[in-house]
Amino acid sequence: MNDRTMRDELQTVAYYPGCALEGTGHAYNRSTKRIAKKLGLNLVEIDNWNCCGAMEVKNIDPEVQNYLSVRNMAIAKHKMGMDVVMAPCNGCYHNLKKAEHDVTHKEETRKTLKKMADKTGQPEYKPGDVETIHALDWIKHAIGEENLASRVKHSLSGLKIANYYGCMYTRPRHIFPEKDQGEGSESTSKPHFMDDLLRAAGAEIVEFPLKTACCGGAHTLSDCDTSTRLVLNILQAAEVCSADVIATECPTCHSGLEMHQIRAEETLGVKTQPVMLYFTQLLGLALGISPRQLGIHENISQSLGLLRQKGLV
Amino acid sequence: MPIHEESLIRPENLRKHEELNIDNVDVSGHWSTFIETRSVADYNENLEREISAFPGGAYIHRCWQCGACTNSCTVNAINPDFNPRYWIYLARLGMEQELLRDKEIIWQCVSCHRCTHVCPRDVEPEGVMKALSHWLEAKGHTPKSQSQHFDEEFYQQILETGKIEEGRIVRNFFNRTGQPLKQPWLIRMVKNLIRGLPIMLMFKMGLSTLFRPKTKDWSKSKHSIEELIEMRELERKKILEGNEAS
Repeated sequence: MNDRTMRDELQTVAYYPGCALEGTGHAYNRSTKRIAKKLGLNLVEIDNWNCCGAMEVKNIDPEVQNYLSVRNMAIAKHKMGMDVVMAPCNGCYHNLKKAEHDVTHKEETRKTLKKMADKTGQPEYKPGDVETIHALDWIKHAIGEENLASRVKHSLSGLKIANYYGCMYTRPRHIFPEKDQGEGSESTSKPHFMDDLLRAAGAEIVEFPLKTACCGGAHTLSDCDTSTRLVLNILQAAEVCSADVIATECPTCHSGLEMHQIRAEETLGVKTQPVMLYFTQLLGLALGISPRQLGIHENISQSLGLLRQKGLV
Repeated sequence: MPIHEESLIRPENLRKHEELNIDNVDVSGHWSTFIETRSVADYNENLEREISAFPGGAYIHRCWQCGACTNSCTVNAINPDFNPRYWIYLARLGMEQELLRDKEIIWQCVSCHRCTHVCPRDVEPEGVMKALSHWLEAKGHTPKSQSQHFDEEFYQQILETGKIEEGRIVRNFFNRTGQPLKQPWLIRMVKNLIRGLPIMLMFKMGLSTLFRPKTKDWSKSKHSIEELIEMRELERKKILEGNEAS
């Protein structure tokens, strides 16, 4: 492994779970912490964090959303002395990246946020104070595929996986300056970090054209019919690609797929086969962690039957 | 003028003739369909300015109509009437009445950011869609959309506690929009959820509906956010009333 892909400073990172991981995404939270422990990585939760505003607060005011993000980043840097913030939720990850971009490039944002920080007694966040990474970057660059493969106890061989990354992990490209930088970096059009990691764990990765399609997450309740239709596209495409499992890396995408798979069955009478698992749950299984510890029973999508059939449980 | 491609023109703007004779030239048949002459007299010259005052609309002026947004649009693939390029065009021209034809669907943008990803002019069309739907509501053209109800519920919870609790969001949202919670798919989903939950976790989740998750010492942040929002609303009000200080 070269220096570019393996990074020692990722052994201990500030952990920003976000609200979803304390609610519907609790299995993601649990499995992320489990595999960190198994791999010898340290997660230090950001002290007294607040919600990032998800995809909603920016519609009330974009600078309020930026304030929510930089408050967390400033705590990680100035109160905890951390250099890297790891967010497993695409929404949180996206918003922290967006705030970093705006603070770096927009004078007006810097001024507004400085004023708000002064009023609230928070330390001011300066561009580059922390680096925000996703859980995929973290495992990929702190452990790497070769190292991961050498730790696999139960290979995922025989399991056909479609990797679903959603929107917020790669779009819009200008808030992810480190992506699309050639070999070793993530691609915004064809992301592959999850493919790389799960392949290293022995899984068969299917060619899946809807990796970055939208699940309608922003309107998962406010425009159910559209969301169901978008989710059905993804589920049926995965089926056509003969995938058993759709691996996810975002709690909103994951619960959106689970919810609207059920809704499609109930309201449209269309049944689809693929089951949803967080990539951390799949990596955990490969590392020999029990399904219960990974929260696989807690998913709405019932995958234990399939995992038994494949001899993984 | 005579046209070939009728599908490009709205039916009400087409004028057809069974037989037509112009200046002693018989143009019956293929050449007898015309576009109705219209004149637009009700431009809102302040329209672009108004929309750019709403969250997300700040860069609408950069657009040069390449159409990459509409080409990449997730919702356009489902509904061809959902056309961000066209709406930006109308807004910049000030054609308010024309824009109002699509007022019922503009809020349906799913924020997938494909448009903002491909836009060569950094218009951030996704934000413009949000600004347009807020503007429609502020001007009284549409009632609050489902999406706006959801955003407000979300914002309110963060404002109060610094965090959200998903169960409360769902309950309050259904309540606000007058939808029943007892829908077959929701019930089945909750059943699937409860079936697998360990007792302790269920207990913990139950507790969080009683004792809401909170960020400590949040009140200063709350005030600071409220202050900013008040200021923004005041600025917007001035622009909408046309009293902007020059």
